[in-house]
Amino acid sequence: MQWNSWSEFWAMGGYGLYVWGSFGACLLGMTLEPWLLLRRRRAIQARLPRKESIR
Amino acid sequence: MNGAFAPFRQAVRRDLLLAARHKTEVITALFFFVIVVNLLPLGIGPDQDLLRKIAPGALWIGALLATLLGLQRLFAPDHQDGTLEQMALSPQPFTLLIAGKIMAHWLVSGLPVVMVAPLLGVQFDLPGRSLAILTLSLLLGTPILSLIGAVGAALTLGVRGSGVLLSLLILPLYIPALIFGAGAVEADLAGLGIEGHFSLLGALLLACIVFAPWVTTVALRVALE
Amino acid sequence: MSTSLINWFKFASPASFYPMAGRLVPWFSAAALLLAAAGLWVGLAIAPTDAQQGEGYRIIFVHVPASWMSMFIYCVMAFWSALGLSFNTRLSGMMTSALAPTGALFAFLSLWTGSLWGKPMWGAWWVWDARLTSQLILFFLYLGFIALQAAIDDPRRADKAGAILALVGVVNVPIIYFSVQWWNTLHQGASVSMTKAPSMAHTMLAGMLLMALAFWAYTIAMALIRVRCIILERELTSEWVKKNAME
Repeated sequence: MQWNSWSEFWAMGGYGLYVWGSFGACLLGMTLEPWLLLRRRRAIQARLPRKESIR
Repeated sequence: MNGAFAPFRQAVRRDLLLAARHKTEVITALFFFVIVVNLLPLGIGPDQDLLRKIAPGALWIGALLATLLGLQRLFAPDHQDGTLEQMALSPQPFTLLIAGKIMAHWLVSGLPVVMVAPLLGVQFDLPGRSLAILTLSLLLGTPILSLIGAVGAALTLGVRGSGVLLSLLILPLYIPALIFGAGAVEADLAGLGIEGHFSLLGALLLACIVFAPWVTTVALRVALE
Repeated sequence: MSTSLINWFKFASPASFYPMAGRLVPWFSAAALLLAAAGLWVGLAIAPTDAQQGEGYRIIFVHVPASWMSMFIYCVMAFWSALGLSFNTRLSGMMTSALAPTGALFAFLSLWTGSLWGKPMWGAWWVWDARLTSQLILFFLYLGFIALQAAIDDPRRADKAGAILALVGVVNVPIIYFSVQWWNTLHQGASVSMTKAPSMAHTMLAGMLLMALAFWAYTIAMALIRVRCIILERELTSEWVKKNAME
């Protein structure tokens, strides 16, 4: 374990902005994409003859 | 041998005739090239050392944009009046006919650009040797632009907003030609010799001559289905 | 041999691929989450501080996997495109267009994280380095592919035009990379060395590989979910969709 405290972890030795900016962007992109896909799937299912999901 | 290339010559002659009847299009593209290249010093400032440095890049980018203008009309009119379908169905090899159209496009849009390039180069205060190298690089490079552009024109044929789309598809693929072409002048100024740039540009041109008309016909057949 | 071939062609039909993809999605999603959790733990908690770059190097755990995946996805798209053009299978085109948005996302993330890494290490957000520039062009190629497919209404034509573009692109990517590198050495403007620390600690490598695997599983899960959407959208009126929907 590299860290003694949470604040040390978030600071990343002074590189906090860059490290968390990178990880945050990835997290954002990789949650946004599944969410958009889920919405797309819901929209298609609404157009199906019955509203039941198909397997 | 002569007979085999007859369709190619016919296609070139036909498109040149058509271009001769619509002279404004040819002149517009050329004028566009001249004005884009002339706008750059106005945006950057009249510092001659700087202008001499950016001249190859400026002329090359102007040539890229001027080529794009004509590309949108490469297949569209023939597609609209059904000529293209007749070509695809005719017993003559479609690839040769398309190669002829691409050749005509270069003669109409590429060659004039090459011919006025030295004049514009003088405006940028390029020395004689650099002018010659730049013109030669454009002479070798502009056919590449027409050949790669034809693939994009075929892919976007009859598609919504095809003009903008064509630029988006084609401009990234122009990067190697731009780098080797514009780089030749700078390499010469840096005393590095220009053989490397010119042989790479030539290799690119050969590869495009072999593959681009063929890929274009494949794309056109998809569009005509 | 012949039976396995037949099986493959059976799965090449959207109607039979659809349920199979649906069964695979949870597995790949779970794998992505578990691998990401493990990779983040190794990368953020266990891996030692880098001697030269301090804690800033930890960006590597998302930057390198995103870059790898963006290149890998384009190659996979080209593979499906070649398959689609030569065998005229419908599923190949759907797979190609299902992969493109995820590839574009990774290309963008690679640029974004690369820029955030570059600022503290080289002092600039952007450097005209061969790798960065080629990655940017790869991003443009993805955008071009997506735009072309979006502009064509007929799905069959969109598939084939996209396939041709993907193949032209995959031939061009090495040429572009080579030309940009050539350009970069000629100008010598950006004389930064991109080489990573030569001796990478084992835990660093393990974290990077775990994250790469997580991104890979994520890509498969996303592509499968998206291909299911595409199949449904295109075959909304076909018999099997109606029959399944009625069940």
